[in-house]
Amino acid sequence: MAKTESTFKNMAISLTLIALVSSALLGFVYEATKEPIALSNLNKKLNAIKQVVPEFTNNPNDEMYRLPTGDGDSLEIYPAKKDDVIVGYAVSTYSPKGFSGNISLMTGFRPDGTIINITVLEQKETPGLGTKMAEPSFKDQFNEKNPADFQMKVKKDGGSVDAITAATISSRAFCDAVQRAYNTLQKGGLK
Amino acid sequence: MNQLKNFTKGLLKENPILVLVLGTCPTLATTSSSLNGLGMGIATTFVLLGSNVVISFMARLIPDKVRIPAFIVVIASFVTIVDLVMQAFVPDLYKTLGIFIPLIVVNCIVLGRAEAFASKNTVLSSLIDGLGMGLGFTLALGVLGAFREIVGSGSIFGWKFIQGDGILVFILAPGAFIALGYMIALVNKIKKS
Repeated sequence: MAKTESTFKNMAISLTLIALVSSALLGFVYEATKEPIALSNLNKKLNAIKQVVPEFTNNPNDEMYRLPTGDGDSLEIYPAKKDDVIVGYAVSTYSPKGFSGNISLMTGFRPDGTIINITVLEQKETPGLGTKMAEPSFKDQFNEKNPADFQMKVKKDGGSVDAITAATISSRAFCDAVQRAYNTLQKGGLK
Repeated sequence: MNQLKNFTKGLLKENPILVLVLGTCPTLATTSSSLNGLGMGIATTFVLLGSNVVISFMARLIPDKVRIPAFIVVIASFVTIVDLVMQAFVPDLYKTLGIFIPLIVVNCIVLGRAEAFASKNTVLSSLIDGLGMGLGFTLALGVLGAFREIVGSGSIFGWKFIQGDGILVFILAPGAFIALGYMIALVNKIKKS
């Protein structure tokens, strides 16, 4: 078979055909992976919520609402209820101050504002340094602390948080995210 | 015999990273741990395999003047498939590799093999070439990632064997350059002897 000539007609036809076949194939793969992707995202979220609030009987994902942060954005609040009594709030919060971009956390609060637990949802910090924010040795120091009387700052800045060695920026971002969640909840949800 | 040569040349003699020094950007950026390096290598291998086969199959039908756009569309389709599948089934790895998965599209190795090998050879040779090159890439990334993880954070595949921190510079970008430099030197030495 001879090589196809580079005429205008041949070029247009071959490119159109390739694009058509590719897009059909991609459409198919997209449809096939849509559900697993949505499911894995939802599972991840529910797991994160389960880790940060006490046992609940409702579906926090269905009762999610948003509260304004006060600087033009809003955070997702997942109320956890046991037999219709609120036992805690999971707040999906973030900080733009990470070492390499946004970090996002799921923070659990008791109705009185005490932090129950925190999990890291997403971070792009330096592996081996900033990534330690996801380890218990760092994040568990926030548990059972109430930001009302717990200085949410690293010790270098005059606060009471033990920063991760060689990752002060990541530690600051973590505090910033938790503080944002607390402030938002204080203003809107906690009574 | 010839096919065996097509396969093994990618592993050492024409290793895309260590000898051809192609695609160093994802190499340096994703090898901060052994798992990341390996994941990136496998994703690239899949794309390389798919695009090599399809392109060698279609090479005679594509007019020369539009071959690059045609190749890119094929490669981009395979990358998007990898992107979606990883997102669905290995979300954690997908998160850590992040932008580097979509960027496989512009990885010089993939287009380089399409242009230099697949468009001029049979489907079978191209398949074997893609596999060899991909495994060579995976091998280089895996070793580099493992080395950086061992020296930099004292762990391997996330399993920690020393307490405390390693030599931090190896996890950061400069350490990637240093480690890659030594690996290339070592491979040159092996090739000469």
